[in-house]
Amino acid sequence: MSRSLEPSGPWRRDVAGPYTQPAAFDALASALLHPQTSVDRTSLYLRAESSDFLRFNHASLRQATGVEQAYVTLAVERGLRRAESTLSLGGEPGLDIQRLVAEHRLLCDQLSLIADDPWLRYPTAATHSRREAPGALPDPGHLIARVNELAGRGLKQDFVGFYAGGPITHAFADSLGSRHWHRTENFHFDWCLYRRDDQAIKAAYSGTQWEDADFAARLHASAQQVPLLDRPVRQLQPGTYRAAFSTTAMVELLDTLGWSGFSLRARRTGVSSLMRMQRGEVVLSPEVQLHEDFSQGTAPGFTPEGFVRPPQVALIEHGRLPAGGGTLNSTRSAAEYATLANGAQAQESPCALRMDAGSIPAGDLLKVLDQGLYVSNLWYLNYSDRQACRMTGMTRYACFWVEAGELVAPTNVMRFDDDALRLFGSGLVGLSDAVEFTPRSGTYGARELGSTTAPSAVVDGFRLTL
Amino acid sequence: MLDNLEDFARRAAAGLPSTTRHWAVRAVREDSEQLSVRLDVAQAPRRSLDHGAMICVIDGGMGHAATADLSARGVALAFERAHALARAGADRSVLAFDPLPHPTETGRYASPTQRPVSGTTLPERLEWLREVCASARGDERIVDRVATLWSVHTEQLHFSSEGARTEQHWDFTTPAVEATAHAKGVTQIRSSAGQYNGFCQQGGIEVLERAGFREREGVRVAGEALELVGAPTCPSATLDIILMPDQMMLQIHESIGHPLELDRILGDERNFAGTSFVRLDMFGHYQYGSELLNVSFDPGRDHEFASFGFDDDGMRARRALLIERGVLLRPLGGALSQARARALGYEVDAVATTRAASWNRAPIDRMSNLNVEPGQSTMAEMISSIDLGVVMHTNCSWSIDDSRNKFQFGCEYARMIRGGQLAEVVRNPNYRGVSATFWRSLCMVGDAATQAVLGTPFCGKGEPAQVIRVGHASPACKFAGVDVFGAAA
Repeated sequence: MSRSLEPSGPWRRDVAGPYTQPAAFDALASALLHPQTSVDRTSLYLRAESSDFLRFNHASLRQATGVEQAYVTLAVERGLRRAESTLSLGGEPGLDIQRLVAEHRLLCDQLSLIADDPWLRYPTAATHSRREAPGALPDPGHLIARVNELAGRGLKQDFVGFYAGGPITHAFADSLGSRHWHRTENFHFDWCLYRRDDQAIKAAYSGTQWEDADFAARLHASAQQVPLLDRPVRQLQPGTYRAAFSTTAMVELLDTLGWSGFSLRARRTGVSSLMRMQRGEVVLSPEVQLHEDFSQGTAPGFTPEGFVRPPQVALIEHGRLPAGGGTLNSTRSAAEYATLANGAQAQESPCALRMDAGSIPAGDLLKVLDQGLYVSNLWYLNYSDRQACRMTGMTRYACFWVEAGELVAPTNVMRFDDDALRLFGSGLVGLSDAVEFTPRSGTYGARELGSTTAPSAVVDGFRLTL
Repeated sequence: MLDNLEDFARRAAAGLPSTTRHWAVRAVREDSEQLSVRLDVAQAPRRSLDHGAMICVIDGGMGHAATADLSARGVALAFERAHALARAGADRSVLAFDPLPHPTETGRYASPTQRPVSGTTLPERLEWLREVCASARGDERIVDRVATLWSVHTEQLHFSSEGARTEQHWDFTTPAVEATAHAKGVTQIRSSAGQYNGFCQQGGIEVLERAGFREREGVRVAGEALELVGAPTCPSATLDIILMPDQMMLQIHESIGHPLELDRILGDERNFAGTSFVRLDMFGHYQYGSELLNVSFDPGRDHEFASFGFDDDGMRARRALLIERGVLLRPLGGALSQARARALGYEVDAVATTRAASWNRAPIDRMSNLNVEPGQSTMAEMISSIDLGVVMHTNCSWSIDDSRNKFQFGCEYARMIRGGQLAEVVRNPNYRGVSATFWRSLCMVGDAATQAVLGTPFCGKGEPAQVIRVGHASPACKFAGVDVFGAAA
């Protein structure tokens, strides 16, 4: 089956917004970033995308949206003072430059109205990077037809899904001469095949090179699992269960752990979910190794302030916090707490979290589980006691009861409430010997870049409560 | 910036094929400022200047295209793209869009702002925050303090091929203060109305006054954080509870608002935000809660965060009861979702609440202002009616299942009730339940004196995802026999 690639479809990418290409950003940088005596540094941080968003329900199109957007954060710094403004860019460089020049003037004036910020730090030397991941993406019209034809008329599935694709650019430039450019053309398509109520098979296809045949194969593979949902539902009761987590479920757990767990500021103010590890009260299984790994992720290798990120930051080594604490340190927190920054953004949560593989052969996960709950998806995780790292959340979609290493029956959705440090500590039976790379697919305001890489896992004593 | 837009749009629309049935433009300009003072240090002021337009075209299917390029060329390209997507969806969409009627309303809405934030200077605003942050100081057990102010001015213009034209101007103001206390291995966070900006209203400086922001909130929040670090953990038992408005807002939001979204009931959100235990055949007779439960969609309430005159399809918005005396009457859904329900054989009387996060997202069904109506009970009556129970304040943890049924919520602060009297403070209070039965345990509803007008700037939903502002006004409410637990349960 051949690929159908732009620009043959109903929308021509060659007339898309200019800021996903270097020339327009270079024009802004040239106009704004000449040396000035009134400030120590002026910087521009660009986030631009040209996106196709297609949402489907019952294998039909629900909503189709094309979005051209570009936002630039203009910042000025003088001594220990900084002011910044984020503007949407229209695409006509002359007009955009005019607006940015006016805003620059206003921000410079603001510097005399604010107090010194003792924790403000910014780069003092120029750095450079360039990363391009060109892609081949499907034409939206072609994709709408394929979903309708394959999932609807062909497989007769209750298909509900969402495709997001197109180029994304993050770029940085400053008056010290720094220039960073990170551009990717990617897509993420995830879908559910519903059997009834809240029972569904979830699948995804993402990357930079769309292939109709790959999509069809993944769709067919997910459809083949749907009959498993026809079996009578096993009604689980609250209690503790031996459980296997898919990599998708592991991503949910790890992303929740990243919500305050590794933040330097959260550690120093006592609100991190890893405080018990920090105090030496708990160690995890020696199999647990966690890193922030920019060398393999899709996140830019620079921060919005223009700092270059290190390729790796160790967060947990052999189940213990490393000597440096295993924290993500923004420049601000690093200054406040007199330590070194390590490329974290202001919120100090991971952008490219990676958990290393363990020793369970990936194909033997259910065999090692033997009897218990296979958790394909988790949903709506939160902390029920953050300082104790106690998490709650729901099982979702197609979770199964397993006996003798075989999927036996789908289960009802269940709430868990458990100590995540115990799950990854004394409760951890093992991690799979293969990891899966899961790109971020968030689209709040803009298409997100970043990833979480995780193995699957088997645990004992997973606590279901409702 | 929006000056020539109507002219450019009409010129672009004139170039569309004659098969085009409808077009509409929704342009948004939003300016905002975020200020923060943490541990007495003012962080860099952050401004945002955002503008753009969403074009909607119907020709067989429906297509949307968003652009910040509001030049004649930029608008024409967006029309072209929206039309191409509309054609691509023809005969492959969830509904035949061509026969849909469209609003022809004209009108204007403006927030009831008395003193715009923009009428003050940046040094004044930073000084207020410095004062509030400093007022939370004074005890070495307070290890973190932060005061923030987020002010937004939004203008929206919507017009269409049918002659609809609505213009809306909003001022959104969100003050917040948060303190973290630590003592003897216990750390607790207390905030003015939730760690996610629960006290948010339309208006200007007067919003800060209604919040008591400068007068008392720093001292109160720090004082309660100190109470919490010395408090025992909330007990685990089946208890009667009173939820204060800053927890009621979350309870309403998650277990009434989201399940009643019509697009969710129609299955649109099953791949992301989830489905609903509510079905189309429940409207008009389903007993959602006890007879004390009255829930309104109220887009005209003064100051409430999601008040508006027209939804983002241009429909005039009017107050309506969604639940009356506990009976489910109507969902939260706009004209398109109503038409889809009708096509399935269900005539549901929905409300005008199709909304988008900004110019770069197409509108979907949202909850807007969703309120529990006050009842007859005083706070004292509710407390005295409980022999052993808990009063819970301010959400800090929330989780609910795919169908919006099995929930578990946690609060920042609680006090025991013993023998009909308020007793000791307890920390880490949580409770869990099932939406379909929880609201039937509602046994007392506070009077207007117990009511607060709150909301959140951060309601998430949709593909592509959209964060939207919602308002929730509620009195304090009593629920009987709830599964309550603390940190060690």
